[in-house]
Amino acid sequence: MSKTTKKKTTKRKTSKKKWTRVDGRKPDELRPIHIESGVIPNADGSAYIEMGRNKIIAGVYGPREMHPKRFSKPNMGILRCRYHMAPFSVDPRRSPAPSRRDKEISMVMTDAIEPALFLERYPRSVIDVFVEIIEADGGTRCASINAAAVALADAGIPMKDLVSSCASGKYEGNLILDLGDYEDKNGESDVPVAYLPKNDQVTLLQMEGIMTQDETEKCIELAIEGCKQIYEIQKEALKKKYGMVEATEETEEAPEEEEPVEEAEEE
Amino acid sequence: MSNNIVSRLKRKKIVDVVATGKRMDGRELLQYRDLEIKTNFLAKSEGSAEVKLGKTHVVVGVKIGIGHPFEDTPDAGVMMVNAEYTPVAHPTWEPGPPPKDAIELARVVDRGLRAAEIIDMSKLGLISGVKVQMIFVDLYVLNYDGNLIDACSAGALAALTTTEAPEYKVSKKGEIKKTDKTEKLKLRAHPLAVTVCKIGDSLIVDPTYDEEEVKDGRITITVDENGNLNAIQKRGPVGFTLDEIKKCINIASEKSAEIKAIALAGE
Repeated sequence: MSKTTKKKTTKRKTSKKKWTRVDGRKPDELRPIHIESGVIPNADGSAYIEMGRNKIIAGVYGPREMHPKRFSKPNMGILRCRYHMAPFSVDPRRSPAPSRRDKEISMVMTDAIEPALFLERYPRSVIDVFVEIIEADGGTRCASINAAAVALADAGIPMKDLVSSCASGKYEGNLILDLGDYEDKNGESDVPVAYLPKNDQVTLLQMEGIMTQDETEKCIELAIEGCKQIYEIQKEALKKKYGMVEATEETEEAPEEEEPVEEAEEE
Repeated sequence: MSNNIVSRLKRKKIVDVVATGKRMDGRELLQYRDLEIKTNFLAKSEGSAEVKLGKTHVVVGVKIGIGHPFEDTPDAGVMMVNAEYTPVAHPTWEPGPPPKDAIELARVVDRGLRAAEIIDMSKLGLISGVKVQMIFVDLYVLNYDGNLIDACSAGALAALTTTEAPEYKVSKKGEIKKTDKTEKLKLRAHPLAVTVCKIGDSLIVDPTYDEEEVKDGRITITVDENGNLNAIQKRGPVGFTLDEIKKCINIASEKSAEIKAIALAGE
């Protein structure tokens, strides 16, 4: 990794008139985000997110009985997240067996989402959140958390707040928001953050790279601002699905044939 | 984690005592237990360190060998960090594949070393695309009484600073021979991890096993000798406010210098 960094900086220094990002974004600009909820009919709740070129699908099953039972807790429910990358999501192909990285991300994702739930309401149960990365483009763990939060809300699970997540980092000496794949791999550092906007709390915080204390703190603040923007997009995605159901209910009296369709949507 | 039981009485006591600014064993909130590090005590490994942090006991071994490079970096050596939860270390630890926490331990220690670019990997190539030097850092836990990340991070740093790397010669035919000569491994940075735990509203360092069971969450921060941050990892189903994170970073910067002096004493 260090090698490619060096190559890149020397090549770029010559054309350093006005610094721009690789994809032309402003330093504090997010990639285009599209979130859709209720995309897996079998799941209790689900969401699909496109964040830049990331394509991620999340499904929620539960609360349901915990298997194996010995892992269940008598006084509270358990949140079990599984982050998994498809073999074709990256280049070169990766093995479909969960890697050490996948296991660690599953853990930090669980920690990021759990503060938003009321697990004490579901003794002996489990809420399963499965996240599949269909295409990866940097910042998959953040996009996964965004999708998982919407999927949990879609499953009708009571939540204190949605969890919004976004990374910031340092690239060619500049602090930037929402790193793309190239910036992630060749930049100086990467700080993924997840945030509960209502509680003003950071629930995921990781960092890798070399930064001063001051830069790191600024990066976290920058990422929180990004999370706040994503929060609005997540809410829109939920409103789009459930707002529509409400609208059709109002016009219920008019066309009678559409009734069964509405009921299905309501569920 | 969940099947390790700390009684409710003890749990309450620990929380209450910490809230008054003291610890169960009489320490201050931001005081480490006695740290003892012995380096170079194993003959067959190129570098070694034995760490005793209170009752936590870890052995770190550094082995250097020859292996294949990764496809994308044909001339760069490979460093691997692995953690072993040996069943002798704790009644709840069993033989078998590494548990999630062991994977996290190895990855957090690894991230600190890698992000700080502690070793110049480009100097460890032997035959481009075919053979490179491999550095294995194995973290071996022999007794577990909390704060493994800090103990292992200090141990890894101490072991690497005292590692005597063998010199390899590549003949014209492409044969690699290990010479009798050794050279001290050159380190470019000295990163060290400090874990800050949150219990109630208090922040403490160096938790014992019981304190770890009771804690709400933790943030591990790796700091190098210039005060730059190299890695952060937050764990636990709880959120941190931005202020708390800043406090944790300050504590880590201060404490890492203190611990580093002990870890580097054997140099």
